[in-house]
Amino acid sequence: MKPKDNSTPIKPVEAAVPFWRDAGKRAILIQVIALFIVGGASYYLFSNTQANLARQSIATGFGFFGKEASFEIGESLIRYSASDTYARALLVGVLNTLQVAFIGIILTTILGSVVGIARLSTNWLLSKVAAAFIEVMQNIPVLLQLFFWYAIFYESFPPPRQALNPINGIILCNRGFVFAIPEAHSAYPAMGWIFLAVLIGGWFMNRWGHRRQELTGQAFPAGRITVALVIILPLLTWFLYGAPTAMNMPELRGFNFQGGVTLSPEFMALLLGLVLYTSAFVAEIVRAGIQSISRGQIEAAKAIGLRPGQVLQLVIFPQALRVIIPPLTSQMLNLTKNSSLAVAIGYADFVAVANTTINQTGQAIEGVAMIMVVYLVFSLSTSIFMNWYNKHMALVER
Amino acid sequence: MTESTTAKRAQLKPPVTNVGVIGWLKTNLFSSWYNSLLTVLMLGMLALFIPPLIKWAFIDSLWNSSAEACRNIDGACWSVIPHNFRFIILGFFPEGQGWRPVLAMALLLGLVIYSKERSRWKKSLAWLWLINLIIMGTLMYGGVLGMPVVETSQWSGLPLTLVLSFFGMVVAYPLGIFLALGRRSKMPAIKTLCVVYIEMIRGVPLISLLFMSSIMFPLFLPEGVTIDKVLRALVAIILFTAAYIAEVVRGGLQAMPRGQYEAADSLGLTYGHTMRLVILPQALKIVIPPSVGILLSVFKDTSLVVIIALYDVLKTTMVTLSNPEWAGYSKEAYIFLALLYFAFCYAMSSYSRRLEKELHTGH
Amino acid sequence: MNDSPKNVSPEATEKPIIEINGMHKWYGDFHVLSDINLHVQPQERIVICGPSGSGKSTLIRCINRLEEHQRGQIIVNGTELSNDIKNIEKVRAEVGMVFQHFNLFPHLTILDNLTLGPIWVRKTPKKEAEEVAMMYLEKVQIAEQAKKFPGQLSGGQQQRVAIARSLCMNPEVMLFDEPTSALDPEMIKEVLDVMIDLAEEGMTMLVVTHEMGFAKSVADRVMFMDDGEIVEQNSPDVFFDNPQHERTKLFLSQIL
Repeated sequence: MKPKDNSTPIKPVEAAVPFWRDAGKRAILIQVIALFIVGGASYYLFSNTQANLARQSIATGFGFFGKEASFEIGESLIRYSASDTYARALLVGVLNTLQVAFIGIILTTILGSVVGIARLSTNWLLSKVAAAFIEVMQNIPVLLQLFFWYAIFYESFPPPRQALNPINGIILCNRGFVFAIPEAHSAYPAMGWIFLAVLIGGWFMNRWGHRRQELTGQAFPAGRITVALVIILPLLTWFLYGAPTAMNMPELRGFNFQGGVTLSPEFMALLLGLVLYTSAFVAEIVRAGIQSISRGQIEAAKAIGLRPGQVLQLVIFPQALRVIIPPLTSQMLNLTKNSSLAVAIGYADFVAVANTTINQTGQAIEGVAMIMVVYLVFSLSTSIFMNWYNKHMALVER
Repeated sequence: MTESTTAKRAQLKPPVTNVGVIGWLKTNLFSSWYNSLLTVLMLGMLALFIPPLIKWAFIDSLWNSSAEACRNIDGACWSVIPHNFRFIILGFFPEGQGWRPVLAMALLLGLVIYSKERSRWKKSLAWLWLINLIIMGTLMYGGVLGMPVVETSQWSGLPLTLVLSFFGMVVAYPLGIFLALGRRSKMPAIKTLCVVYIEMIRGVPLISLLFMSSIMFPLFLPEGVTIDKVLRALVAIILFTAAYIAEVVRGGLQAMPRGQYEAADSLGLTYGHTMRLVILPQALKIVIPPSVGILLSVFKDTSLVVIIALYDVLKTTMVTLSNPEWAGYSKEAYIFLALLYFAFCYAMSSYSRRLEKELHTGH
Repeated sequence: MNDSPKNVSPEATEKPIIEINGMHKWYGDFHVLSDINLHVQPQERIVICGPSGSGKSTLIRCINRLEEHQRGQIIVNGTELSNDIKNIEKVRAEVGMVFQHFNLFPHLTILDNLTLGPIWVRKTPKKEAEEVAMMYLEKVQIAEQAKKFPGQLSGGQQQRVAIARSLCMNPEVMLFDEPTSALDPEMIKEVLDVMIDLAEEGMTMLVVTHEMGFAKSVADRVMFMDDGEIVEQNSPDVFFDNPQHERTKLFLSQIL
């Protein structure tokens, strides 16, 4: 057997080829030219900018972070006043964005899934109403929807004195959506901990149940038990703490409401607009995901004797989720990016706060750069999650 | 089987509850107790919301009255539209010159309808589009054939929306193709530049790019040079859209079988020839449905220029509403605008869906 | 048994049209072609066979630079294949290739498929290119389909068009990469007939195939490759009746 030559390959010595005809060198030349053009253009823009900034006596750098912001912010999750720094103001903006994004994503997922499944319903009325919802919401610009809901609040809803009060404790007026919450009591944190404990316990119980099923073949209804416990145990806790029923009711004092929780019209309009718009796209994604499961799968599952619930859980959901999750995460990202439109209706999200900062300090470049960096962090985290998810869930193929 | 046997077999009709109106109702609305409950619930909800809506929108409403007459009614004041129609649609375009943007829009609409037929997709169509856009630009700007010049600062309303969307899309498309080709290149520097650009642009909201273009562009230029606001917004839209087009075109390029590249190579075609004559004609055809989707998004996203104080059709509507005479009728004005957007967008999205079905089975 | 196979050829007097000396190719660490030495005389017909993964397709794809070799020399019609783009383009214009999956351009008519190369590479005027194309279409007996699209033709018809497309470039050498492997059995004969006609007219051909009947009737030389090496090559009579190496015998017993 001729010994295999395993030494590393070496390029043959060849007659000198003019570099513009050499494939490898031509590639390098093109790249050098491209980098030169990009670099040159960047340098040109950069030097212009420096000259212009100097001419207009605008500062550079992020020194303004420590300066006093001297503007108020309508709503904030943390304590803030006009005498706080710009840095703190921007933090308030980020938290506001996250708040809207977080609540928006949860609501959109729920609403979008419901509408998507309804679209596939055999009930003609339900499916047509869902289809109408999807078409209408998708085809109207989200900014217009935001303005519309905002207008509903400040034009159509009455002032606090004549507020709409459909149920005791729920109030709609042009100052926002006000509702009662339970009065603070030690029962509630306790209930929260019990709820968490049941969920964790339920997860362990599920794993134990699966192992037992593998060994003995007997299924353990861990899911149903967890659901039952998650309702019963917190209720029991509530009883044990004396069954507190005191509610923090909003009351009209002067021109406004005290007590309860007030959600501003800006927040409500932003949330409503974003959730309705994005859920239409999510509905289509969910619908496509469920429809992607070929009928043969369902028929085979039924032929084995699986019950409808089991078919759903064991065959349809796992496959549908694979198809649904990637576009779903990009819609979640879209919702987060669209929340930047808050600046148009006066909700103090990050872009709005950054915009005010730019207007006051004149430092446009730092401001816009900050905005882009914050959103890039959101997108990159989502991409990383997506890549991990895709690798984790990829169907093993030949 | 003889004919007489089959003819003699009695023609049985299916049970009456399976066919006709009753049959349809049964299968679609009342097939099970669960479905029947849903139907009743839905009908109940519709009964709750539809009659008051109809009352507000049609019965108690006024359609072409003065602003004062509107204050005395409970219903919708649709009059805000006819009274301000010219301003909402054409914005600040000078009086007497209104026929120019209207003609430009009509030409554009005509060309869009003409382009729908697949049989007309030839190279000549691309030229037709280019010529049409040049004519549109000329009509809007003026300066020739005795038409007075109308600066871009006065371009507003629906023509501005259309200019931003269509010019934006047409310029962004070749840029997107270059980016897609660059991203698939084996040269690391080119590939990195393209990937960085695409991922950065796709990761940020359009509003940040609009801010960048309207606030930062003046800083990028040497002293004394100014770009007008419409151009700045257009550049932002082009840069934004090109990244999304690049991803869509990349999908098409990836779908091309390797054999096509190899066959072209073995004939001795250069990279440029291969792309222009063999690969791109096929790849671009595959990605037409998602491209229409991007055009749809661009059209909706032009509404964002409101935030940088450009007077597209949304902003002109808002200006109308800020007039104290017509303040308070936002719902009616926005609903009208929503119908306008909906008509256009729905037409585009159903066309895209139909196209996708046709192209899928055509192969 | 183990020395490098010498070049066995009927008339080794003229300058070879393809010269491969000491050629090696690696895919990363995988040594896919090992010490290939091959001289092909003008008008010679060589059939290359071997198990899948033996490197036979890779070998002929190195000849028109669809794959790059890392060591050794490949000289086609006097031009050496290297990183020099001009050389690569020259070689590709002189070497025609027919693929297993035809690779016709689906968006162009048959006629346009054939004229694409001549118009854009050889800069032939369109009318002249079309005349040549029609001539070759008649040669492969498919002239009536000139205005149709590839999708409307059967596999056998498409492969004949692919052969005509390569011929329009007036190649000195034709490479065939398993030209009938993707065809339904009833269409194999029509393609082989065209290849036989081509051989009888004196075209230099390298054919990777499993069609041993074709090898027996047309080839001047049959080459067996395994594991990246040329194991054995001989005239068809000797090759099929008296194989020398064990591996060759094993392969032949599996396919004949």
